[in-house]
Amino acid sequence: MKPKHQRLVLVVVALVALIAAGLLAAWALRNQASYFYLPEQMQSDPPAVGQGVRLGGMVEMGSLRTLADGVTIAFVVTGNGDARVPVRFAGILPDLFEEGSGVVAEGSLQADGTFRADNLLAKHDENYVPRELEGMSRMQAAKMAEETTVGLE
Amino acid sequence: MIAELGLAALWLAAALAGLQLVCGALATRVMGHGDGATTELALVTRPVAILQGGLVAFSFAMLVWVFVITDLSVKLVVANSHAMKPLVFKIAGAWGNHEGSMLLWVTVMALAGALIAAIERRLPERTMQATLAAQGFVALGFYAFLLLSSNPFERLPLPPAEGMGLNPLLQDIGMAFHPPTLYVGYVGLSVAFSFAVGALLTRQVTPDFARAMRPWLLGAWVFLTLGITAGSYWAYYELGWGGWWFWDPVENAALMPWLAATALLHSAGVLAARDALRAWTIMLGVVAFSMSMVGTFLVRSGILTSVHAFAVDPRRGSFILALLAIYIGGALLLFALRAGTVSEGQRFAIASREGALVVNNVMLSAVLAIVLLGTLYPLLTEAFDVRVSVGPPYFNPVGAVFVVPMLLVMAVGPLLRWRRDSLGRISRELALVGALILAALVLVSILGEVELLPLLGLALATGLAVASLLPLRGRALRRVPLATWGMVAAHLGIAVALFGMASDSAFTRERLVALAPGQDAQVGPWRVTLERIDPVAGPNWTALQATLRASYNDGPPTALAPQARSFWAPAQQTSETALATRWNGQLYAAMGGEAPGATGSPRWQLRLWWKPFVIWIWLGGLMVAMGGVMALVGRVLADVKRRSVTRRAASRRADRAEVLAAGANE
Repeated sequence: MKPKHQRLVLVVVALVALIAAGLLAAWALRNQASYFYLPEQMQSDPPAVGQGVRLGGMVEMGSLRTLADGVTIAFVVTGNGDARVPVRFAGILPDLFEEGSGVVAEGSLQADGTFRADNLLAKHDENYVPRELEGMSRMQAAKMAEETTVGLE
Repeated sequence: MIAELGLAALWLAAALAGLQLVCGALATRVMGHGDGATTELALVTRPVAILQGGLVAFSFAMLVWVFVITDLSVKLVVANSHAMKPLVFKIAGAWGNHEGSMLLWVTVMALAGALIAAIERRLPERTMQATLAAQGFVALGFYAFLLLSSNPFERLPLPPAEGMGLNPLLQDIGMAFHPPTLYVGYVGLSVAFSFAVGALLTRQVTPDFARAMRPWLLGAWVFLTLGITAGSYWAYYELGWGGWWFWDPVENAALMPWLAATALLHSAGVLAARDALRAWTIMLGVVAFSMSMVGTFLVRSGILTSVHAFAVDPRRGSFILALLAIYIGGALLLFALRAGTVSEGQRFAIASREGALVVNNVMLSAVLAIVLLGTLYPLLTEAFDVRVSVGPPYFNPVGAVFVVPMLLVMAVGPLLRWRRDSLGRISRELALVGALILAALVLVSILGEVELLPLLGLALATGLAVASLLPLRGRALRRVPLATWGMVAAHLGIAVALFGMASDSAFTRERLVALAPGQDAQVGPWRVTLERIDPVAGPNWTALQATLRASYNDGPPTALAPQARSFWAPAQQTSETALATRWNGQLYAAMGGEAPGATGSPRWQLRLWWKPFVIWIWLGGLMVAMGGVMALVGRVLADVKRRSVTRRAASRRADRAEVLAAGANE
């Protein structure tokens, strides 16, 4: 094998591996990426039961309660219209999670129509807003900022 | 006054970076005309680089100083500090924000440039000039970024009475060390980048070039490894989520340069020892630091939101994006133009150590591509108004497709000879490692229900641990070079870390409970009793502290005290976790809020994990870094020794010539 050929072989091997990685990534990303849903989307076009997605909206006033086991929390997430999605979450609530504030729940829709959250993302401080909450309607964002922002004018 | 001194030093350093670029470029040009052609400008480049490093270091020291004395007329101090904060966090506050961390970035960059200017003597002088010019060129862009859009020394017309404080999540001792360590690694890769650009400009891609680059690369890689390990441990105990890697874009931003640097380290080894993989090594040198810059863009542009994205400012994002386009695009263009003129290196057979290292390189690059695509995908889809997040369900299995074959080859590669070898020669070692992996696979799947990936991880870790020691077999251990010990330690560290990761995901037990004082809960082999809840106070926070008594298999109890802390500047809550460490794992306790009791008495939420062998993850990371240090020291000592031997031989020859000449005169 001449040197020229060896270089060619190496380039081809590297390219094939990288293209394979790219194709595999593209295919897996289409299947595995977890999509973001607003409550009205979740009701009109629900994801498959058990598929990992994110649900973002506002925690309805008066809906937050702790179940008898002391660790499961139930609340309702509302969107722009009158769409309401009941959510169950077993875990320690993030700081600054409260009724009337914005939240992003990571989890999956259950067969009975409740959303089981594995993780809740709330606003951590004035510098950290879950990205999904940024694009909410202006009115909501303003309302949320007013209620959850600490230490800003 | 102090702030103005810092700012003046920064402007001067920027001007010197420009001078370094001009002198280096002109000297490279003049010296290219032929034998012995040189110019006085070449004498200026090195001192300028050293002076530039000194000035930036001075500027950074001034920033730390205004934070130490809490000078509230400086905008950055007001936004990120508070007089009541403990001193170590005042100092750490200097880099716990956008402007300060960018200043740290250029400081590391300039110091790295100063260091190569001061002590690197092995490169041909012309390549050295080109390298320093490239270093100055990259630094110039980041000085412009700092001075034009993120001035850390900006004053306020009206100083307020008190600062706003540092994000409490960052008020942790790990914060004092994690960013500087990570940055030394991250930005230290700029040296590899400049070396690659310099070598391309002068077409001097030789084994000597690889030998000169390797110690610098090893140094940066060690710090990067340590920084990632420390960052992972920080996220583990500070965030209170019990995880040690979240595939957060910010973590990926540190992982990507590490993957590229690891590949570069191995291909530079091939170039140094065997004069092969020339163009590929140069390419990786460009890619590694490009990944550092992509990471800086992701983290600093505000395009992502995380604890690292201190503030959102679209202007800064487009500024960094422009810098990325200039540097990465320019370097790749130079590569495309010059790669053809880099002549082909030595040949080798597929079954050889070079062959194994090529597989390692290709697989690492594929993993890099997968992490990069997964990190950028949400940004891409957002352009089409579709919001997605990409997490472990993507990264873990897709990454494993390439990591598993890479680990298999990694077990065998160090046993192969350079240039040409046959698998038949090492068939006994192959059979041993294969049998170990199979035995571990069968044993673990019989003993418990374990998912595929952790199962593979446990089996591979077992085989790899033994395989990593095999290169020492049959050798006089005292005469094994230090660099070889380094390789063994680093490969063993990978096996140890892999075992920790697989064991954590396979055997972790988690309980979420609400306990009243006096009640207990079982998690794995631990029995945890809540004794009482007390209020406690620190310098700038108050907290509720749970006192827990935990006993392992009914052994003697250990006390644990997780806290739910409330900071008041800025007002924020954090969860302080408590850990009980044993050699075979960690009990991890985090405290939540109050839960209403069934009978009206208050209960408290506790989240408990038993994580078998989880500390082995970071232990393995430390071993990998340690291996890097050993290789670095071994290479440098060998080089010093070789040079002193040549010098002595030369002086002996000179002596003999003198004696002969004296004899002839008599």
